[in-house]
Amino acid sequence: MTALLEVTGLRVSFPGARGAVYPVDGVSFSLARGETLALVGESGSGKTLSGLALLRLVPAPGRIDPGSSILLEGRDLLSLTPEPLRQVRGRKIAMVFQDPMSSLNPVLTVGAQITEAIQAHLAVSNREARGRAEGLLGEVGIADPGRRLRSYPHQLSGGMRQRVMIAIALSAEPELLIADEPTSALDVTVQAQILEVLDRLRAARGMAVLLITHDLGIVAGRADRVAVMYAGRIVEQAETGQLFSAPAHPYTRGLFASMPRLTGPRRRPMPIPGTVPSPAAWPTGCRFRPRCPQAMERCIDEPPERVVTPGHVSRCWLE
Amino acid sequence: MNLLREAWQVVWRDRGGRAGALVLAALILIASIAPRFLPDWRVMPDLGRVSLQPPGPGHWLGTDRDNRDVLSRVVRGARVSLAVAAGAVALSVTVGALIGMLAGYAGGWVDSLLMRLVDSAMAVPRLFLLLIMVAIMERIPLPVLIVVLGATGWFGTSRLVRAEVQRLRTLDFVRAAEALGANRRRIALRHLLPNVAGPLAASTTLAVGDVILLEAGLSFLGLGVQPPTPSWGGMILEAQPYLATAPWTSLAPGIAVVLTVLSVNLVGEALHQGYTTSSA
Repeated sequence: MTALLEVTGLRVSFPGARGAVYPVDGVSFSLARGETLALVGESGSGKTLSGLALLRLVPAPGRIDPGSSILLEGRDLLSLTPEPLRQVRGRKIAMVFQDPMSSLNPVLTVGAQITEAIQAHLAVSNREARGRAEGLLGEVGIADPGRRLRSYPHQLSGGMRQRVMIAIALSAEPELLIADEPTSALDVTVQAQILEVLDRLRAARGMAVLLITHDLGIVAGRADRVAVMYAGRIVEQAETGQLFSAPAHPYTRGLFASMPRLTGPRRRPMPIPGTVPSPAAWPTGCRFRPRCPQAMERCIDEPPERVVTPGHVSRCWLE
Repeated sequence: MNLLREAWQVVWRDRGGRAGALVLAALILIASIAPRFLPDWRVMPDLGRVSLQPPGPGHWLGTDRDNRDVLSRVVRGARVSLAVAAGAVALSVTVGALIGMLAGYAGGWVDSLLMRLVDSAMAVPRLFLLLIMVAIMERIPLPVLIVVLGATGWFGTSRLVRAEVQRLRTLDFVRAAEALGANRRRIALRHLLPNVAGPLAASTTLAVGDVILLEAGLSFLGLGVQPPTPSWGGMILEAQPYLATAPWTSLAPGIAVVLTVLSVNLVGEALHQGYTTSSA
């Protein structure tokens, strides 16, 4: 498989009171066609910002550092002028945001918003765009799509709105879908349905998915690979099976230990003490050091990327 | 279409708004059809008889200095006043919305430049600006008056739209539209503008009241609508000497101004209330 997306040394800077801070600081990963990569981490780890950077939608005054590289099908996204960039957004890479309540325009009908997304990239007539919109709503599992096209966002439930968002994101048949916490704002029962819709459509269309989440629980059985992010960096990356059976980085182990489980021996969930420090206060060396139960003297120095097994990399001094 | 229907519902829910809307509707109806049934406003039909007749059977609101029917002239003046107000406000709202959208969405130096211009323009009272413009031209045809009133009325609108756009453009649905490859013009016209429509409608309506008053004021000063075209302000000016002896000549146009502006403001206030409390 050739790489669809190749991200190397992605850094995002924000001006701070004492010099620039880097909430995303040297992130590298690649995605093959049709592959699902889960980007996992606590809030504040920089995963959403990384996703936005792929579309060059880093909110002002943030900037993508010049040394970064984002290649889509070998094309450098960071050097694109506005019009080619617009053609990438939605057509090549689409994004589903966390909160379906605020991601839809309150004064436009669902149909208007889907047809707009279609016609932003495909030269089709209004009638055909409407037909396609109806088809998309059916695909994401909305009953009576013809009637729903005339609905306004406030007439739909949260789950329905997220389905609409997915329909909009898929309207121009993108190669890569970035799903940023697509279920975090929804009820648990609806979460499973939305994830099922995403899975089904990904399989049917052979599109790659970057699934951004804080919940390792939804990753299993869904993602091909997992990248664990902490404090602006990817600290561990492996195939999902490998990561679940043999997590190498203490942070990843901490994430697993903090999850309640239904199977295996009974034990209390063990939260990782403390929170992710702000980008202005990241420690030198290993950034997880202050919260790490296995911190050592040498963690003061930057840990190397250690290959645990082929395809499994961990940024830690531990052998 | 939906925006219009929604605005109508907002107005109708409010008791004051409903009253204002009804009075305005009646006024527009009267202004458009009543002149056919009333004595001609131009000629002096009862020449030779005494002028300044009090209200009575032939002249329901009496006659004026030149023995012209006051009711006819008030009704005719309504056409002029409403047309001037509608034209001027349409102009000022369009310009204001465009400038505000540009400043709010483009940001940076474009925003700074436009808003400093607006600040400077707003530092001068509007009536004063109008007096200067009117003084430059000695005779003012109606279309010019409309343009002049419109050109001095968009500053507040542009600020309102800019503030709303600045708030809206950071919201998720705008970012989502960007992420889907919508271009800037599309985002401005299709995503931002309809969301500004509520506050814009309220300020537009209130602006109509302002313009009617301004036009009456200018005409009263002899600088607005020129005789013999009847305007409420001009009628009050002509009636001034007879305030004590023939009060109907000034009261009729005066009450017309008050009633119209009051109704317009009631509708505007209803829109304002509706959009600031129930915007979900």
